[in-house]
Amino acid sequence: MAYLDHAATTPMLPEALDAYVATAREVGNASSLHGPGRAARRRVEESRERIAAVLGARPSEVIFTGGGTESDNLAIKGIYWARRPDGRTKVLTGAVEHHAVLDAVHWLGQHEGAEVVSLPVDHEGRVRPDVLAEALDDTVALVTVMWANNEVGTVQPIAELAALAAARGVPLHTDAVQAVGQVPVDYAASGVAALTLTGHKLGGPLGVGALVLGRDVACTPLLHGGGQERDVRSGTLDVPGIVSFAFAVEHAVKHQEQHSQRLAALRDELVERVRAVVPDAVLNGAPTGQPGSRLPGNAHFSFPGCEGDALLLLLDAQDIAVSTGSACSAGVAQPSHVLLEMGADPLSARSSLRFTLGHTSTRADLDALITALPPAVDRARRAGMSR
Amino acid sequence: MRVLAAMSGGVDSAVAAARAVAAGHDVTGVHLALSKNAATHRTGARGCCTKEDAHDARRAADVLAIPFYVWDMAERFHEDVVEDFVAEYAAGRTPNPCLRCNEKIKFAAVLDRALALGFDAVVTGHHARLGADGLLRRSVDLAKDQSYVLAVLNSEQLGHSMFPLGDSTKEQVRAEAHARGLGVADKPDSHDICFIADGDTQGFLRKHLGSEPGDIVDGSTGEVLGRHDGAFAYTVGQRKGLALGRPAPDGRPRYVLSITPVTNTVTVGPAEALEVTQVDGARTVWIAGEPPTGPIECEVQLRAHGRPAPAVVELDGSAMSARLRRPERGIAAGQAVVAYRPDPAGDIVLGSATITTAS
Repeated sequence: MAYLDHAATTPMLPEALDAYVATAREVGNASSLHGPGRAARRRVEESRERIAAVLGARPSEVIFTGGGTESDNLAIKGIYWARRPDGRTKVLTGAVEHHAVLDAVHWLGQHEGAEVVSLPVDHEGRVRPDVLAEALDDTVALVTVMWANNEVGTVQPIAELAALAAARGVPLHTDAVQAVGQVPVDYAASGVAALTLTGHKLGGPLGVGALVLGRDVACTPLLHGGGQERDVRSGTLDVPGIVSFAFAVEHAVKHQEQHSQRLAALRDELVERVRAVVPDAVLNGAPTGQPGSRLPGNAHFSFPGCEGDALLLLLDAQDIAVSTGSACSAGVAQPSHVLLEMGADPLSARSSLRFTLGHTSTRADLDALITALPPAVDRARRAGMSR
Repeated sequence: MRVLAAMSGGVDSAVAAARAVAAGHDVTGVHLALSKNAATHRTGARGCCTKEDAHDARRAADVLAIPFYVWDMAERFHEDVVEDFVAEYAAGRTPNPCLRCNEKIKFAAVLDRALALGFDAVVTGHHARLGADGLLRRSVDLAKDQSYVLAVLNSEQLGHSMFPLGDSTKEQVRAEAHARGLGVADKPDSHDICFIADGDTQGFLRKHLGSEPGDIVDGSTGEVLGRHDGAFAYTVGQRKGLALGRPAPDGRPRYVLSITPVTNTVTVGPAEALEVTQVDGARTVWIAGEPPTGPIECEVQLRAHGRPAPAVVELDGSAMSARLRRPERGIAAGQAVVAYRPDPAGDIVLGSATITTAS
C-alpha cells in the first residue's frame, strides 16, 4: 500500500496515539470541581499552553474545537456577527479557499446580509497583496485567506495580507490546517487575528482542532452551552483528544524544519520521476525549488487527456491511494474550483491528481507510484474524457 | 475476469454484484449518478439516483468488500435519455427510457469506459438470462423479466455483459440478499420512470414542452369532442384523462387512437379501432445468429410487460415487419417490437426494432 494522500489525513504519531489511549483511560470532566475534574482540567490547560508556546500565541488565545471546519465556521460567522452592528457587512475571501470557508462565507451572503467579495488569485493560486489592498474599505467585517492551499499547496503571503488588513482595522482569519508542521507558522508574528488548525493533518487524532483567536477579537459563539472555551465555544472538552492533539502540534512544529526538508526532497524526486515517465504531465501551483511558496509534501499534476477519476480508480486497484483533490457531493467529482480560479479550463481541471507526502512516506511509495503510473495514464488516456 | 458491477442501490444489482464476487471475479462497484440535482432521500418507490441510493450502493459494496466509485453520467443521461424522451413525446411517439438508457448509457458509455479502463465486462441486476451460447433469454421470473429492455443490445454489447439473476425469482434474490447481510434486501422495487420522481409524466412533459391546446377528435366522424393541453402528453391506447364532455353515442369508452403533432390533434375512438395486425419497425438489432432472409414464425412483444403475440416476422435491411396472428390493441410508435422464439429453457430474444407504424 502506497499512501499518497496525507493532505486528506495523515497517520497518528505513535506517541500521540499512546497519549490518547492513556488519557482516555482516566475519568474526569474538565469542568468538574472535584479531584478527577481538576486532573482533567490540568491536562487541558497544559495542552493549551503547549500549543500556544509552539505557535507563538498566548494560552488564552487557544480555543479548542471539533476540528478545522468548526474553527473556520466559528471564526468567519462569529467575527462577522460581532462586527456587523458597526456597519461592517463585507466579507473578503480568497477565491481558492476550502469549502469549510467558502460555504460558510456564502451562507453569510445568502442568509445574513453579508456582501461577499472573492479575491482573485494568480495562476499559481496566490492572492496578491495589491488585490487585497484595493478591496479593503471601512465596511469590511473580516478577511479570510488560507495559509496554504489544500489542493495545489500554494503558500499565501499571509503576513503581508494580515498587515494590510490590520492597517484598515480589519481582522484576518487564516485556515492553516495544511500549513502547521509543513511551513513555519507563528501566530503573533504573522499578525493574523484568527488561525484555524486541526489535529488529523499533523499526526493527531480526528475530530479535534483549535481556533487561535486574539483576545481583543470579538467573536459571537456558534455553540451555546457551558461556555467552556472563553465563552466563545461550548461543549464538554475532549480531554484525550486535546492531549493527543497538543502532543502532535508540539511535535509537528518542533520538527517542522527537518520534516519539511525531508518531504521537499522526496517531493522533488516524485515530481522529477513523474515528469520522466509522463513527459506531458503539468505541475499545477507554485514551482518546486522555492521553499516557502509551496507546501513541501504537495505535488499536483494535470495529466492531459486523462480523467482524474479514472487515474484514481486505476491506481487504487494497484493499492496506491491518491486524490483528485476536488470537492465531493455523493462522491461525484466536480471540476476543482481551485484550478478553475487559477485559470485552468474545466477539462484540464478534471484531469488532475494530487499526491501528498507525510511523515510515513518513503521512497518505496514513490517507486510503487512510478511503476503503476505510466500504464494507468495510458489506460486512462484510452478511456478519454467522458462528458 | 475483471468486472464492473453497476450498482443502483437496489437489491437486484447488489445481489448481482455479490454473485459475480462469489463466482471468483475481480469486481469493482460503480454507482451511476444520473441526476444533476440528486435529491437527498428517496420519496416513495420511484427514482433511482438519490444520494440515499448512492449510500445504499456503497454499503452493499462495503459488505461485499469491493472497491466502489460514483461515476457522474448525469450530463449524458440528460442528453441521451431525458431529452430523447421529451423529443419522442413531442413527435407523437411513446418512448421507453429504460431501453434507451441501456442502449446509450449502461451498455454504451459505461461499458465503453469500463473496457477502456481494463475491465472485461459489466454486470447488472437485470432479470434476464444470458448463456454461454450468447443467447439472451427471458428470466425464470416472468413477472420480473427485463429481456424486453435489453433486446436493443447488439451481440458485441451482450458479449461484455453479465446478468447473474436470470435464473432466480425476485423472491430468491431478496432471500439471498438477506442471507448475505445486504441491507437493501427489503428495499421496495423501483417503478416507473426514474427521472420523474413524482410519477406525473404529463406534468413533466408539460413543464418541458409547455402547454399547446388543441382538439380531441372522433376518429370516424372527425367531430371535435374536446380540447387537450398538448397532444404530446397522450399515448396510443390511453383511456384515462381524456375529459371528454360527451359520452360516445353507444356509451362505450373511447381510447386514444393516434397523435398527430403536425396538426396537434389527438384522435379517439372505440377499442376495436385500436386493433392492429401489422407492426413495422426500424433500427433492427438482430441478436440470435444471422438475420433471417425470409419470413419466420415467432412471437413478438410490443410493450414492456406486454404479453407475447404469435407473429410472422420478416426483415428488410434495418426494417422489421411483424404480421400478427391475432389483433393487438394500443400499439404505440416509439416502443420496441421484440421478437422471441419460444423455448422451454427460456424464450430466446431474436431481435428488436423500434416501432414506426402499426395498422
